[in-house]
Amino acid sequence: MIQSFTIIEAKQKIAAGEITSKALTEACLERIKKQNGALNAFIQISETALKEAESIDVKRAAGGQELGVLAGIPIAVKANMLAKGLKATAGSRILENYVAPYDATVVERLRAAGAIILGVTNMDEFAMGSSTETSHFGQTHNPWNQTKVPGGSSGGSAAAVAADFVPGAFGSDTGGSIRQPASLCGVVGLKPTYGRVSRYGLMAMASSLDQIGPFARTVEDAALLLQVVEGDDPKDATTVAGGDTTVAELISEDVAGLRIGLPKEYFLEGMDERIRTSVFQAVEVLQQGGADVHEISLPHAEYALAAYYIIMPCESSSNLGRFDGMRYGYAASSGRTLMETYERSRGEGFGSEVKRRIMLGSYALSKGYYDAYYKKALQVRMLIRRDFDEVFKHVDAILTPTSPSVAWNIGEKFDDPLTMYLSDIYTISANLAAIPAMSLPCGFVDGLPVGLQLMGRPFGEETLFRLGKHYQTKTDWHTKRPEKNV
Amino acid sequence: MVHGKQIMSLTIEEVHHIARLARLQITEEEAERYRVQIGSILEYVAKLQSLDTEGVPELAHGSGLSNVWRTDEVTSSDKINRASFLEAFPHREGDLLQVQAVFEERTE
Repeated sequence: MIQSFTIIEAKQKIAAGEITSKALTEACLERIKKQNGALNAFIQISETALKEAESIDVKRAAGGQELGVLAGIPIAVKANMLAKGLKATAGSRILENYVAPYDATVVERLRAAGAIILGVTNMDEFAMGSSTETSHFGQTHNPWNQTKVPGGSSGGSAAAVAADFVPGAFGSDTGGSIRQPASLCGVVGLKPTYGRVSRYGLMAMASSLDQIGPFARTVEDAALLLQVVEGDDPKDATTVAGGDTTVAELISEDVAGLRIGLPKEYFLEGMDERIRTSVFQAVEVLQQGGADVHEISLPHAEYALAAYYIIMPCESSSNLGRFDGMRYGYAASSGRTLMETYERSRGEGFGSEVKRRIMLGSYALSKGYYDAYYKKALQVRMLIRRDFDEVFKHVDAILTPTSPSVAWNIGEKFDDPLTMYLSDIYTISANLAAIPAMSLPCGFVDGLPVGLQLMGRPFGEETLFRLGKHYQTKTDWHTKRPEKNV
Repeated sequence: MVHGKQIMSLTIEEVHHIARLARLQITEEEAERYRVQIGSILEYVAKLQSLDTEGVPELAHGSGLSNVWRTDEVTSSDKINRASFLEAFPHREGDLLQVQAVFEERTE
């Protein structure tokens, strides 16, 4: 089926004249029309997508013009990225009617490469959540089992790729928001090195942790999407110039001699044995390919979640200060004083998880608590980074599960924030340390996908792609599709 | 030095104080819920206090960059962009952003 093609397959078929971009886009739209009501992965569909696809087909037929590497390929973006003319709600009531006035750098680069921005995907409000349940626009359902969450916060993008709505999508990852839903939905998700992809036009949650990255069905597709959007950008001063450029086609699948570390702190007693088994089967596949596997230690791993739940809310409470109901977004009816109006607009515009984190951050940054919380957390962050620096002297990549569990029931953890936060325990360290990490499907438990996480050195995405590509040539987990939807 | 026990439980007054600092209107029912939930998160993050971080520098971000300069050039916005920014104003008078008076209390 046409909408099930990987991006690279679709590119080849379009180039060979077997299918058109219009036909591919139509197939995606048709599928969305039939299934999105049940999944709620997309919250807006572009009305110009089909026209854009047609115009690419016309250009291609006319010949003579250079077409971009994603010419005519539909791509979805998460609702916290600006795509001019489409709504950018961040899943929040406070931005319910906000239309993006310009393109995020990522979107600009996708369009320049010829991609069709198919629509906007659902997410936890302001990317705060691990289940896509906090969206003002309703829950997204897991395509493998609609009573389960898709993970989050980029649950809409993950579900859309898993359900064959679109061959590729973008999300943002602050503590696992790309990798964890990729794991729970059975697709590939990459959080690049901090600074590799511009954050311009991404709504800031925690600026020192946020990074945009791709969802795809294969590692090669993810590499291709990274190749299109990566690179320094004068509009984001934290982007790094001069890093190696990814060339998806040139990624080797040779893993002989690569050293893989298994951190003992990630494989503790009490972990789900079935997940451990899936992950160790993947380790064997890579060993058979010639990779050397070592046990390693990240001694401060157990403090990562605690440091994160100080740093992230502190940065978020500051970043979300801009939503004042004055220049854009939801405005409550005027109060007696200006202060009261601010409090009303924000109190009514933000949902409860967002308010909880803003308050947590405001508390930790308030007078008398700054040193005990924020400063302490930044010091612990340094210890975590040093653990990785030390380990990467001896290994080329670190392999762990992506999530401690497979997808859980909708509603199960909703009223218990701390339990919800614990679902990100394996992913958060990579954000704190600013290193790249990728999740890819490695099996099933109770009919639900299990994800494998690979972490690498700063700007070491290439190594992750090699390992991932090798794994996907030897296994077929990534080709499985939710049966109900096929 | 702030110890775990002292910083982990919040009073309802503290919750209201934080909400004011954060410019958030919350109901009594929300305040009580946040008191319990934020309290349990603070209890969890208190585990950091057990780590000795004496002399460890802070890591504010991981990119290793500092002082990335650019020239401060004014660039103009095109008409369509300008219109879409104006469009986003919740309240406007013509092309002007309308906001509530800062130093006055509404009497009506």
